[in-house]
Amino acid sequence: MSALELESVRKSFGRLEVLRGIDLGVAEHEVVCLIGASGSGKSTLLRCVNLIEPVDSGRIVVEGAEITRRGVDVNTIRRRIGIVFQAFNLFPHMSVLHNVTLAPRAVLGRSRREAEAGARELLARFGLADKGDDYPDRLSGGQQQRVAIVRALAMEPQLMLLDEVTSALDPELVAEVLEVIRELAAGGMTMLIATHEMGFAREIADRVCFLDEGVILEQGPPAQIFTRPREPRTQQFLARIVAAGRM
Amino acid sequence: MASEGDRRADLEVARRSRILGGDARAVGVSLASTIFFFALLAFAITHAPGWPEVRQTFFDWHEFKSSFPEIARAFLLNVKIFSIAECFIVTLALLIAVLRSLPGPVFFPLRALAIAYADFFRGVPTILVIAILGFGAPALQLKHVPTSTTFWGIVALVLIYTAYVSEVYRAGIESVHPSQEAAARSLGLSRGQALRYVVLPQAVRRVVPPLLNDFIGLQKDTALVGILGAIEAFNQSQIDTDATFNYTPYLAAAALFVAITIPLARFTDALILRDRRRRQAGRVA
Repeated sequence: MSALELESVRKSFGRLEVLRGIDLGVAEHEVVCLIGASGSGKSTLLRCVNLIEPVDSGRIVVEGAEITRRGVDVNTIRRRIGIVFQAFNLFPHMSVLHNVTLAPRAVLGRSRREAEAGARELLARFGLADKGDDYPDRLSGGQQQRVAIVRALAMEPQLMLLDEVTSALDPELVAEVLEVIRELAAGGMTMLIATHEMGFAREIADRVCFLDEGVILEQGPPAQIFTRPREPRTQQFLARIVAAGRM
Repeated sequence: MASEGDRRADLEVARRSRILGGDARAVGVSLASTIFFFALLAFAITHAPGWPEVRQTFFDWHEFKSSFPEIARAFLLNVKIFSIAECFIVTLALLIAVLRSLPGPVFFPLRALAIAYADFFRGVPTILVIAILGFGAPALQLKHVPTSTTFWGIVALVLIYTAYVSEVYRAGIESVHPSQEAAARSLGLSRGQALRYVVLPQAVRRVVPPLLNDFIGLQKDTALVGILGAIEAFNQSQIDTDATFNYTPYLAAAALFVAITIPLARFTDALILRDRRRRQAGRVA
């Protein structure tokens, strides 16, 4: 059974068709990278999987259960799917520890002690052991994004969605966040990653999907997509990336 | 790398202190300019043609001393009205602001009701609402409802100020970026939980200064309950001036109001500053 299955998913904002029939399967422990130009639908796709955006038509199935059914309990589904945003979206009025423990306590009903023990362990694992009492604004962008990842992990998700998590970072801070993702992949986390970091996608992905105008135009192992792309649009996109010095 | 945030914070604090000045010379200049300004003002007032008369009718120390204790006692009623009204206002206003922020067509009637309420009670002069409720409501002779003028005065103030304060809260709620709620919901929090833990705490923090503004307004407007006959500070001072034909008791009442509102304002400033220091020390513009 695949961890995630999308069947002809469509989504429009007003007259703008952002997703025009997406079919995609992600297996357990698989890391799938979504690449494509801005506006190709990568973020919208991730937001639909997390039900932040309702789909217009099509089905999304997580661990065998359809989550796009009517009357489904979105809160229960979201517990199993972690998402990390480009802009971190940490809660600025809470300390790092509080950011990480909020959902385990409020949603899973963990005790404060239990939640904090778990949070401190995760923070330590990602080099943030001494940051628990700091407020997000005191941290660098890279640290904030690592906290956001830890916050999602604290809910012990079966699937992680990463939405261009390094795009808002200063270049010298990108590496520390990629390192965290690398570690997650090594630990067997199933991930769907929208990214502009082609070198990273090439290194970490089991499969790369090229999105173009709301459809997956081409997909395959990174070696194939990056060195022998079949579609002219994929070739153009990668040529632009190379020309921009990003690969 | 680990001290990145700290370094930025220090830089920002240093920058800020340079902008604000604060060295000995600046203090000296501001002190001299203040003294000069007030000396000029005092000179202008005391040399006005009508000053001797004004001094007698408004600044009579003896009159001040003799009327003050009774006005101070009456002022306790203002404090009582203020305190009771405030408790209801902060809670009811929050409730109405939340009602107004409910999404979806199902909640339209509630939203419409909240909007109509805010529009109406912000549009009618406070003194009219107090007069209508204060003189009209007791005449209904409702069972189990107090008929005291103070009670209805408080009800009127609560109705009016809840309308204002709910707008303040609403502005605060709307100022919290939708991505905050999205982040909370994506962690599995329900809409109510997201509101309670993530949106409202940030919204309320942001509106503390305008909220205080309304509290001060409310404090002053407790004097309007005097028109119903309740002996609060303003009514008491009016009784005194009527008896002696001297207006100094008004000043005594004014001093009492100011004695409460100014410390309240400074206290809130301190709260805001503390919160900002704690959270935003590292923010660089």
